[in-house]
Amino acid sequence: MSTKKNPYSAFSLLKNALSYHENWQRAWRNPTPKTDYDIIIVGGGGHGLATAYYLATVHGITNVAVLEKGYLGGGNTARNTTIIRSNYLWDEAAQLYELSLKLWEGLTQELNFNVMFSQRGVLNLGHNLQDMRDIERRVNANRLNGIDGEVLSPADIKHIAPLLNVSPDARYPVLGASWQPRGGTARHDAVAWGYARAADALGVDLIQQTEVTGLRRQKGAIVGVETTHGFIGANKVGCVTAGNSGVMAAMAGLKLPIESRPLQALVSEPLRPCLDTVVMSNAVHGYISQSDKGDLVIGAGVDGYNGYGQRGSFHVIEHTLQAICELFPAFSRVRMNRQWGGIVDTCPDACPIISKTSVDGLYFNCGWGTGGFKATPGSGFVFADTLAHGRPHPLAEPFAIDRFYSGALIDEHGAAGVAH
Amino acid sequence: MTTADQVNRLESGGRIHREKPLSFTFDGKKMIGYEGDTLASALLANGVSVVARSFKYSRPRGIVGHGAEEPNAIIQLGEGNATVPNLRATQVELYEGLQATAVSGWPNVEFDLMGLIGIFGRLMPPGFYYKTFMRPQRLWMTYEHIIRKAAGLGKAPTEADPDSYDKLNQHCDVLVVGAGPAGLAAALTAARTGARVIIADEQQGFGGSLLASVLSINAQPAAGWVADTIDELKSFDSVQLLPRSTVFGYYDHNFLAILERRSDHVGLTAITGSRQRLHRVRAKQVVLATGAIERPLVFAHNDVPGVMLASSVSTYIQRYAVIPGRTLLLSTTNDGAYQTAIDWHQAGRHVAAIVDSRPQVNGPLIETAKQLGIHVISGHAVIEALGKKRVTGAIIAPINSTGAALTGTPKTLSCDLIASSGGWSPAIHLSSHTGAKPYWDDKKIAFLPGNSRQQEQSAGSANGCWTLQGCLQEGIEVGAAAAQKAGFSPAVDQPVDFHCNEPLQQSPHALFLVPHPKSTSRAPSQFVDLQLDVTAAAIELAAREGYESVEHAKRYTAMGFGTDQGKLGNINGIAILANALGQTISETGTTMFRPAYTPTTFGAIAGRDIGALFDPERYTAMHRWHQEHGATWENVGQWKRPWYFPQQSEHMHEAVNRECLAVRNSVGILDASTLGKIDIQGPDAAEFITRIYTNSYLKLAIGKCRYGVMLKEDGMIFDDGVTACLAENHYLMFTTTGGAAGVLAWLELWQQTEWPDLQVYFTSVTDHWATATVTGPNARKVIAKVCDDIDLSNDNFAFMDWRDGTVAEIKARLFRISFTGELSYEVNVPAHYGRFIWEKLLEAGKEFDITPYGTETMHVLRAEKGFIIVGQDTDGSVTPHDMNMSWVIAKNKTFSFLGKRSLERSDSLRDQRKQLVGLKTREPQQVLPEGAQIVNDQNQLLPMAMQGHVTSSYYSANLGHSIALAVVKGGLNRLGETVYCPLADGRILAAEIVSSVFYDPEGARQHV
Amino acid sequence: MLHIYCPHCQQHREEDEFSYSGEAHIQRPSNPEILTDKDWGDYLFFRKNPRGLHHEMWYHAAGCRRYFNATRDTVSYEIMETYPVGTRPQIAPLPTIGDDAT
Repeated sequence: MSTKKNPYSAFSLLKNALSYHENWQRAWRNPTPKTDYDIIIVGGGGHGLATAYYLATVHGITNVAVLEKGYLGGGNTARNTTIIRSNYLWDEAAQLYELSLKLWEGLTQELNFNVMFSQRGVLNLGHNLQDMRDIERRVNANRLNGIDGEVLSPADIKHIAPLLNVSPDARYPVLGASWQPRGGTARHDAVAWGYARAADALGVDLIQQTEVTGLRRQKGAIVGVETTHGFIGANKVGCVTAGNSGVMAAMAGLKLPIESRPLQALVSEPLRPCLDTVVMSNAVHGYISQSDKGDLVIGAGVDGYNGYGQRGSFHVIEHTLQAICELFPAFSRVRMNRQWGGIVDTCPDACPIISKTSVDGLYFNCGWGTGGFKATPGSGFVFADTLAHGRPHPLAEPFAIDRFYSGALIDEHGAAGVAH
Repeated sequence: MTTADQVNRLESGGRIHREKPLSFTFDGKKMIGYEGDTLASALLANGVSVVARSFKYSRPRGIVGHGAEEPNAIIQLGEGNATVPNLRATQVELYEGLQATAVSGWPNVEFDLMGLIGIFGRLMPPGFYYKTFMRPQRLWMTYEHIIRKAAGLGKAPTEADPDSYDKLNQHCDVLVVGAGPAGLAAALTAARTGARVIIADEQQGFGGSLLASVLSINAQPAAGWVADTIDELKSFDSVQLLPRSTVFGYYDHNFLAILERRSDHVGLTAITGSRQRLHRVRAKQVVLATGAIERPLVFAHNDVPGVMLASSVSTYIQRYAVIPGRTLLLSTTNDGAYQTAIDWHQAGRHVAAIVDSRPQVNGPLIETAKQLGIHVISGHAVIEALGKKRVTGAIIAPINSTGAALTGTPKTLSCDLIASSGGWSPAIHLSSHTGAKPYWDDKKIAFLPGNSRQQEQSAGSANGCWTLQGCLQEGIEVGAAAAQKAGFSPAVDQPVDFHCNEPLQQSPHALFLVPHPKSTSRAPSQFVDLQLDVTAAAIELAAREGYESVEHAKRYTAMGFGTDQGKLGNINGIAILANALGQTISETGTTMFRPAYTPTTFGAIAGRDIGALFDPERYTAMHRWHQEHGATWENVGQWKRPWYFPQQSEHMHEAVNRECLAVRNSVGILDASTLGKIDIQGPDAAEFITRIYTNSYLKLAIGKCRYGVMLKEDGMIFDDGVTACLAENHYLMFTTTGGAAGVLAWLELWQQTEWPDLQVYFTSVTDHWATATVTGPNARKVIAKVCDDIDLSNDNFAFMDWRDGTVAEIKARLFRISFTGELSYEVNVPAHYGRFIWEKLLEAGKEFDITPYGTETMHVLRAEKGFIIVGQDTDGSVTPHDMNMSWVIAKNKTFSFLGKRSLERSDSLRDQRKQLVGLKTREPQQVLPEGAQIVNDQNQLLPMAMQGHVTSSYYSANLGHSIALAVVKGGLNRLGETVYCPLADGRILAAEIVSSVFYDPEGARQHV
Repeated sequence: MLHIYCPHCQQHREEDEFSYSGEAHIQRPSNPEILTDKDWGDYLFFRKNPRGLHHEMWYHAAGCRRYFNATRDTVSYEIMETYPVGTRPQIAPLPTIGDDAT
């Protein structure tokens, strides 16, 4: 890996400090696009950059361009609440997210970029008897899939999150929780930047401020993309454009089983450490963690309507904070510093689409909905393999678009019930 | 502690009430200020210089501004359950007994050991944390723990909030945001047309900059004009004035959110009523008169306490009679800031010099300053502040006309306060919330509001207007236009002209980062974002490393991520980035502005909808009885349902066993009122129901009931229940408790959008009826005691019949439907008779020891019969075939009922789908945990091949062993096989696959 | 929070009275049995999801409980029109004339 030429380390910091930080190298080049590539990745978010990185490292394919209409990692990668876990219910999803979690566990070292993956654990609270049955079912499935998980009592939960209200007098009292100790959070920007720097070092061209405006096809096969900076050729194009996937599909005359929805999040002002884990609740409907900077990072579900506006409706923020004040009555006097929205590509079964299409050479990796960040490494890994070999990676097979015709859906609404 | 300790308090002037001294503490030290002070003005009056230590380098920091832009003076207010973290001292009104503590510094801000970290500052360039702490992998959690300890500002409370918060929903014709000159003029103009106006301002008093202005309007002091205007506004019934109210977010369709602070100026908690309230405003038109924020100059060590905004210095002098130093040095790029030096001089303290970056300066303000004997040095700028905990002097140097380079030898001037002004940045935050894209104006040296995306217009300095007269004029124009667009004709007697005695000003100089003899990377720190310790060198480094997009640079350096959200520093940072990239500021662009304009209390956004009001609780008519008889509760949707009725010291399993035995051996009674009930009428009702359910209702006779299963179009079970034919074209559909609302919406969807030709009407009658289920072998005897007008014989009132009659003299409808498998009567009466009938039935059942039971017993009894519960035994991924309920699917219906086609998809027809079966544990007393996963081979390695899971599991007191329902791959063909449930505690429980019907498989008991 | 004009109530009401019901003008196939799995899947799941003007269904759940259609810009969120189910949009008219508008 040629990031080794200028590796980051405590030593490099010291060395550069002596030269007043004037000699740091660029994290990535600003290349002029070539006329054609072996593979074009549309979308320079975390998933797209990870795909490019694994194409280069695992498959040795480096004649690759990542086309980004804005700036790298500027979409949902920059807007999510950074929760990472793999405690999904169904085997297919659990294996994909667990692959991802395993990759997270070595990612900082692999990329030589500290993505600050913090395994502080994730609690999914249960507030009624059916919640608890579902939690038992999911944790048992996780354990038999080799994924860590435990069912905790309110007393255990109080120990992990002391400010959480576990009183039986609450409107929907906490009856228990699932606990995945290996889950946690990571620094979202660093993931995009780390993959970008490593992919660039291997020769991948990261081309920013270049929007794909058309998909050129000949005889039912893709031959390249039209962009705001002209045509760029490639026989394989992978679209990894999250909320904009429907727009990309329409360029190829396709429809997807996807609706793009606003998903909002907010942060408080920075506080001294007061919450050392991630707490999620489907029934009360909100989730919360505390960033390394001290902000409480908070979110809930998607807005009710389709939207590409990167903003949502205020009543959703109100409901979210009602949930947070209900779970953490002590946070009522804390203040919201900033709120924002992303555009998430939601699928009917709350699972992604990693798939070939009816257009030869055109692939989609989308539909991650509200839970894409945690999947970034795994998604990139299996999509790179799929692109490299022209057939689905075994873990990606169940996520082909055909499932919406056969009916073999993988319904993860339970595990993904609160956006995360 | 006396008023005399206010070393920086002027003897006269200001809008403070000297007759009302207030004592307060800062970091435990007692001080005195006056009513009318902010905490910041009181601290400055008391000579406090250091109020914080910086985030990264622990450098001493002082108060810089006087409002929302303040980055340093962040304090923790009060203690205990009502403490508030991270308030800005500049926006905290002083009250008697106020307690404030600094949020940084250890042991305190004056003497801070963490400051030692500053020595290592050079090792912490932006993004240093991305580049280190990487090895060994296992130590990151330890590194992180240490990093986190240093993070954060104030402390969250650790107890529940003692205060409450209200919400007000409001409509208005014109919402004016900001009550400075433009806002007041706009509000007055709109109000005079008769429009409903709301005018909100974040400060305690209206007037904005005019409260500290020395100018006059139409020959009267500006403050006088403000008072007159407020008086006139108050005279309109149609005008609402909201002081202490921050419009913090501008949302779609002209929805704005305002936080009004009702009691924060008098104490930590509200004495009466709510502490704060949220106004949710739908405005026809909005006027954004949000003002502008002064931009500081960026120079070396510009963070030393004693470096302040010029306008803030003037504000402290004029408004609070506080002069925050002895000797002032002013560094400016414009005429306006000269007023600060003039104010300072007139307050009787020394001005070391005015240093103006422009090569030539002239004009009335400059002349005034010179006449006062103030030394004006043109073509110069302050390049470095001297001092550690307080400014002791400044280095100034000649600078060229573009501001890009120094042209001569620096020299040192002594002073203890450096005021700087680099011009003004309009507060375009709210305009940007709407999606309007701000644009850079080179002449105004500012980002201005972009094209409106909503019904709004900006006015005054928020719109880049820098003169008072211009602001007033613009306010009038925009206010009139807004009223007109909202449908109001202009008032006839509008004043049109304002005369203000403001001096003419020459063009300002576009200067952001003041050059230093050393390069930016080697110069002493030149701070851009004071709260997050982001320097000019950091921004240049970000650009050098390829973080070129303004968003990348922001994220890489953390610029603007503080609680001030970059109000002070962002424009300077963008300019420095543009310069580093060789771009224009316009090409570089701004970062996104997002709500909240200033931080907003969670509790206020949540309002009253927490605690008991978080979600409505629904009670049945018999709720009180259940309460009085010791019911434990299960939340089912919003309903409170009795879970079981423990007697004396009974444990749950004892109570449930007793209840279960009572039903099967004699008679039990259940409150079933929560089941959804939809009254369906119309000539096409039967056809409609037949399209919705998998079976047919076309031939259901009056007096008869039928059980049905409802599918979504994907073929998966979504609800189930019994439907009764009440009369010709009249049906009553029962739904599950949790599914009632969804089913009604589902019926309406199909009727209204696909089959509007079908004449059918739906009414939810769930709450109209109370239902008591009397079930068990003695049920008929009980009913017979209270009902004599229905022939209860099995021949005349059979299973799945219903009858109208009188029960205990109340008109009632009885259904012979059964969820227990026993002889059952569901007695329905109008809801207000619910408790009456419940008690009558109990009385009638007394001789049979009638036993009230709850949902748990209901679940056990139905599981003994293999009856499913939608949502427990189904999960949205199972068809009726999977539930071994193919019998409920009519084969010969002409219409393709909802979901039917999906049952033919290849996956629906696949072998090895999970199917509902029973499980009998090898150890009869062992109850499988619900949610246990099932495997064939208990000895396999992880990951194990899972076959399904346990959906329902109980101990059956009637059968004397445990029972379970489960879904198992291909289970219906595997009866008799043994499967295993490996549990988290290491146990592996073996069970045999059996029929899902454990009790009375012939179904004889419900037919008796 | 959107401000939505209910064509039945003939009033602008707040978004939280309504619920969104997805793309409008999708007609249930009159004879599902003859469709291929693919055609049935298209009807069930595949949507236009446009960036821009969208014809969509809303349900005035906490009001008149009636469904209606809206033409809304999914980027600006501006609602151009609302119209009863069974009628056709004035803005961005549907491509084919003649099918039953639903």
